[in-house]
Amino acid sequence: MHGRVKVKSTAQQEEEKRKEREKKLKIYVAARDACFTKRKEGIFDDEALQISQQLLSSNPDFATLWNYRREILMYLETVKEEDEVQKIYVAELSFLESCLKVNPKSYGSWHHRWWVSTRLPKPDWARELNLCDRCLSLDDRNFHCWDYRRMVVKMSGVPVDQELAFTDRLIGSNFSNYSSWHYRSTLLPLLHPESPEPTSPCHKPPQSSTPPSPQILSHRVCEEQLLKEYELVQNAFFTDPNDQSAWFYYRWLLGRAEREEMISCVYVCRDEERVAVAFSGPVNAQACGLLLVLDGLPQRVEWRSVHPRFKHSPVWICDFPPGTISDIPNEHNLTVHWTEKPTHRDCALYTGRSESWCRDSATDQELFRSELSVEKTSVLQSELQSCNQLQELEPLNKWCLLTIILLMRALDPLGYEKETLAHFQTLKEVDSMRSAYYSDLCSKFMIENTILKMEYAEVRVFSISDKNLTTLCHLDQLLLVTHINLSSNQLQRLPPQFAMLQCLEVLEADDNSIENLEGVYHLPKLEEVILKNNKISSLSDLQPLASCPKLKRLDLRGNPVTQTADVESKLAELLPSVTDLLL
Amino acid sequence: MATEELPSEFDVVILGTGLAESVAAAAFSRVGQKVLHLDRRSYYAANWASFSFNALLTWVQQQQEEPQPHEIQDWSSLLEEGEELIYLSQSDSASIRNVQVFCFASEEDEEEAPDTTEEEDSADPQGEAEEEASHKEGEEPEPPLPLPPPAQSQSESAQTLPPPAQSQSEPEPAQTLPPPAQSQSEPPQTLPPPAQSQSEPEPAQTLPPPAQSQSEPPQTLPPPAQSQSEPEPPQTLPPPAQSQSEPSKKKISYAHLVREGRRFNIDLVSKLMFSRGSLVDLLIKSNVSRYAEFKNVTRILTYRQGRVEQVPCSRSDVFASRQLSVVEKRKLMRFLTSCAEETEEQRAYNGRPYLEFLSDQKLGDNLQHFLLHSIAMVTEATPTEQGLAATRHFLRCLGRYGNTPFLFPVYGLGEIPQCFCRMCAVFGGIYCLRHSVSCLLLDTHSNRCKAVIDSRGQRISCSHVVLEEGFVGAERKRSSTPPRFLSRAVLITDGSILPTDSEQQVSLVTVPPAAGGPAVKMVELSPSTMTCSAGTYLVHLTCPSVGSAHQDLSPLVTSMFRTPESPDHDGPSVLWCLFFNMADGSGVEAEGHDLPENVHLSSGPDAELGHEHAVRQAESIFQKILPEEEFCPPAPNPEDIIYDGDTDGDTGDTYGDTDGDTGDAVNTGDAVNTGDAVNTGDAVNTGDAVNTGDAVNTGDAVNTGDAVNTGDAVNTGDAVNTGDAVNTGDAVNTGDAVNTGDAVNTGDAVNTDGDKTSPGEEEEERRAVSEE
Repeated sequence: MHGRVKVKSTAQQEEEKRKEREKKLKIYVAARDACFTKRKEGIFDDEALQISQQLLSSNPDFATLWNYRREILMYLETVKEEDEVQKIYVAELSFLESCLKVNPKSYGSWHHRWWVSTRLPKPDWARELNLCDRCLSLDDRNFHCWDYRRMVVKMSGVPVDQELAFTDRLIGSNFSNYSSWHYRSTLLPLLHPESPEPTSPCHKPPQSSTPPSPQILSHRVCEEQLLKEYELVQNAFFTDPNDQSAWFYYRWLLGRAEREEMISCVYVCRDEERVAVAFSGPVNAQACGLLLVLDGLPQRVEWRSVHPRFKHSPVWICDFPPGTISDIPNEHNLTVHWTEKPTHRDCALYTGRSESWCRDSATDQELFRSELSVEKTSVLQSELQSCNQLQELEPLNKWCLLTIILLMRALDPLGYEKETLAHFQTLKEVDSMRSAYYSDLCSKFMIENTILKMEYAEVRVFSISDKNLTTLCHLDQLLLVTHINLSSNQLQRLPPQFAMLQCLEVLEADDNSIENLEGVYHLPKLEEVILKNNKISSLSDLQPLASCPKLKRLDLRGNPVTQTADVESKLAELLPSVTDLLL
Repeated sequence: MATEELPSEFDVVILGTGLAESVAAAAFSRVGQKVLHLDRRSYYAANWASFSFNALLTWVQQQQEEPQPHEIQDWSSLLEEGEELIYLSQSDSASIRNVQVFCFASEEDEEEAPDTTEEEDSADPQGEAEEEASHKEGEEPEPPLPLPPPAQSQSESAQTLPPPAQSQSEPEPAQTLPPPAQSQSEPPQTLPPPAQSQSEPEPAQTLPPPAQSQSEPPQTLPPPAQSQSEPEPPQTLPPPAQSQSEPSKKKISYAHLVREGRRFNIDLVSKLMFSRGSLVDLLIKSNVSRYAEFKNVTRILTYRQGRVEQVPCSRSDVFASRQLSVVEKRKLMRFLTSCAEETEEQRAYNGRPYLEFLSDQKLGDNLQHFLLHSIAMVTEATPTEQGLAATRHFLRCLGRYGNTPFLFPVYGLGEIPQCFCRMCAVFGGIYCLRHSVSCLLLDTHSNRCKAVIDSRGQRISCSHVVLEEGFVGAERKRSSTPPRFLSRAVLITDGSILPTDSEQQVSLVTVPPAAGGPAVKMVELSPSTMTCSAGTYLVHLTCPSVGSAHQDLSPLVTSMFRTPESPDHDGPSVLWCLFFNMADGSGVEAEGHDLPENVHLSSGPDAELGHEHAVRQAESIFQKILPEEEFCPPAPNPEDIIYDGDTDGDTGDTYGDTDGDTGDAVNTGDAVNTGDAVNTGDAVNTGDAVNTGDAVNTGDAVNTGDAVNTGDAVNTGDAVNTGDAVNTGDAVNTGDAVNTGDAVNTGDAVNTDGDKTSPGEEEEERRAVSEE
């Protein structure tokens, strides 16, 4: 057909492109070498600036060249007038802008911009802010830009409310953006701090004179604003319940009250002449200034954690020199001082008693509502309602189910136990990839519930059989338990934390899949261990039991280890104290 | 007068520059067909055109004029053995009807007290009676209406009436053969060049001044409620205090509109481009998109229970919506997500109304309304499968370019056909406006059209003819249904119908059918689209006709805007409005007309919101003629074009590589001609060379018949070369294209004048204007 425009064939094009590339490469390499030579010779002139500019504009990730440029600029600062320096830096900024167009995620360019901005004699922060906004409008998840923007905001002192409006805007255009939500979570406490609550009477006198430190102010937001935020985030997760960012923000809003650091329990036992101290969280007692005072006299004692694996642990023990408190007719008064905090706890060992303790119980502290904050119940209740509404529409949405569970736990862990379990069941089905996570989480909640029940009953027996437990936790709360029943669960091990059960006398763990007894370690009172139908396969697995001096009765029926040759005699050798062995 | 002849042979002759014809022209030209593209009008884009305010007034006037009887010339002397003539219709009066204009803005700038002396013409008792009645319905008839400028001039006339005496200097339409020289000059409809004497039409010229006492036209359909607001003869002077008591912002006067007339680009059709529709795909595929700029439609609104509401359609809209409850948000999002795929449940509703399907989804009234009227944009009776298909199409288009599924071309829809014309010209198509075809020459043996005779009596042979249907007399057309019409209204208002912080909103407003009437689609354009002046909004209303456009649409206008009939409305005021009916192009059958088989009919705009109809039509015509060829393949990258004189711009050394027919051109002789031969390649090479080459062309054109071709070929090179160099090089082109009419006379002058008719250049100028 005549009259057509003739077009080059692809082979021709390729060839031309190849030649073009070769040409470019030659130029590039020559320029690079020239730059390196100049640097070596310590030349800081305009030409060097120019060459490196050319190179960097085609490859902005050449860190060495940025360094060279900084050297040149620093040199120029010393020889030029401030006006000129300003001009140079302004030119540098517009050059950087073009680099960012080439690669908006170039580490080198952003870092250099940061460097230039902080050295600029008369910085124009509005312009920088503008640049960031443009950048973020093109890619609202460019974390380099977010970082840089934070610096600009800080340097230029943009009012917090403006910044909050900025996150409003970004979230409005696309709410799948962790950066914006997160930024919001840092701004809100500044703009709408929680009104100071009357602190609980027992601890530290209110220090009204000094403003609370940022850590203490931390992440709480006043209730009025909180309600607005709930509405905002609900709009997001009703619009797209599969978007995680909104759910995470919601979790943050619902809050996680931080537990105060304190000594939660002091236990003293006359027989073993030993003290066990439990803290609200893991500490290193050897380094945190723990002081034991007995009858007014400071004691030199050696603190050790319950298991050699732990450098930090919530439970620490120490032994008195023999004979210190073994005198039954005498009363002793102990005080444990945590000099660092400072806080302390007293404990009296009365005449004729073989042991004693002093503690706050889990129920007193509402320990297990701490996953969610202490918001007013009505607010949480209405949040639960709207989540339930969403769940009706989206019965299989995992984020919604999980949030409902958390809300239920915050409101009434025992009352909602049945529903919680049902939701966990659904969660494991709809999100089978994470079913182990849900099992562990569910175990945790079941243990918490059982602890609460035990506390209400004021007993030292912990029984949690047939609850599909896959993991053990909160064992520090079981310091005083003498009898534990874990039978018919799915436990695979008794972890080192198990050693925190310092008062344990009877351990029942039938019908699990336990193959590891690492945590049954130096339990001074343990007498009876029932491990029917587990998966203990070798004698070495039983080794930890040897550290329990009072162990008398051991039931190993239905474990592979019973098939070992000479098992009886070997066990007698390993565990000489056991008198009642069932195989 | 020296009349330059057109080349006598073409592959395809196309009449009419509407969208379908222009797309077809581009497609043919792109694959190497020689295309002659003619339009008897003086502007591009036929009923798809966009006009400045002043040009629109001229257009209105033309529509209202009595069509001049065309003297049918007898061309039978040109016949040869075995040939017959088929005469084509020479007027297109049929496509536009019931044109009515109302002006509610004050005549002069506001400091001048409104001139209220003129009266409603009392010679029309019927009209007056009507008015009185209508006023009684609304409010107290007696007190003068507190209208902005009550007495200000409404000009109104139906097509059937001779226009009020005017001294319009618009002789062309009367002439069967416009002098070629004039055909190159600026058509009055487009921007008048500053040099022209009548550049700024006096209001009096276009709209009869109020003093001229509009004769209330004896229309067959008297407008239900005349907008003249001066019903009571005794009250000649409404208290001016009342009309001035209200204004809080500066009122925009009619004089202001006329003064700012160049800022307007008022479309005759109102459509939007679905961002995954066939037009957008075609613009991208063919690279024609580079000739235009687009804006996103920023929001979709709906009019419901007397209120304008925003329709949440994208994810972020839904998130931000304040009128939906969170549960509604979820339901809406879920519905939108779920209908992306066809399900068993949906199939169960096939054949049953979409409304039924929607109501069974338990979405609630709000959502049901949005989904039916604003997202699917279908009626309550539409079957489910169609409703779902429309919904899916909407959703697929969403998010490609923005938060709504629609794009709108900056400077108006009239740009689009012109962009395709430009593409056609770039690949060698020849353009003549005000140039038509009088008759087709039928070969009686083969029953094929072998040539056409143009309006100057030149015989031009061709293999195929594409005709805008208006050229074909009704007797030859086959239409199974009576012709349908669209009702259109164009309003210039002083504010947005749903004001927001941003004044750059471009809105689609869907108005569901009220009381058995059709659904109305309304598009509100802000100045950001370069279609209206700052401070004004341009509102287009479209619906299938039931009665006249005024009957169909004025009740809605009254209920949504402040007009003399709804003076207490707190919405934006209508400053000026135009009503007319336009033929609905979707009624024209593709086949079966009494025409030779190589004559193909195309139709004007249809009622749909998108452009699918026209694009489909162009493609099917193209494929019928060239079934083997690709439809609008991408234009090659300028860098990849092989130039015959690849070494430099010298036109001298190019004999060798040219193919056959350019070789011929070369033969005609001198270096000048070589320029032509080179055309495809060389002219491209040296954009500058075109300038000189162009001057040469005219001379050149005189020499040989092919010369036009060649001159034209210069175009090709040029535009390809500089897709970006819209500037001068282009002016040359179109100058050229126009040249074909008569290249000799105005040589250089043509260049500047000629570009006014050029698609590209016009754009350029307007852009320049906009940057002022």
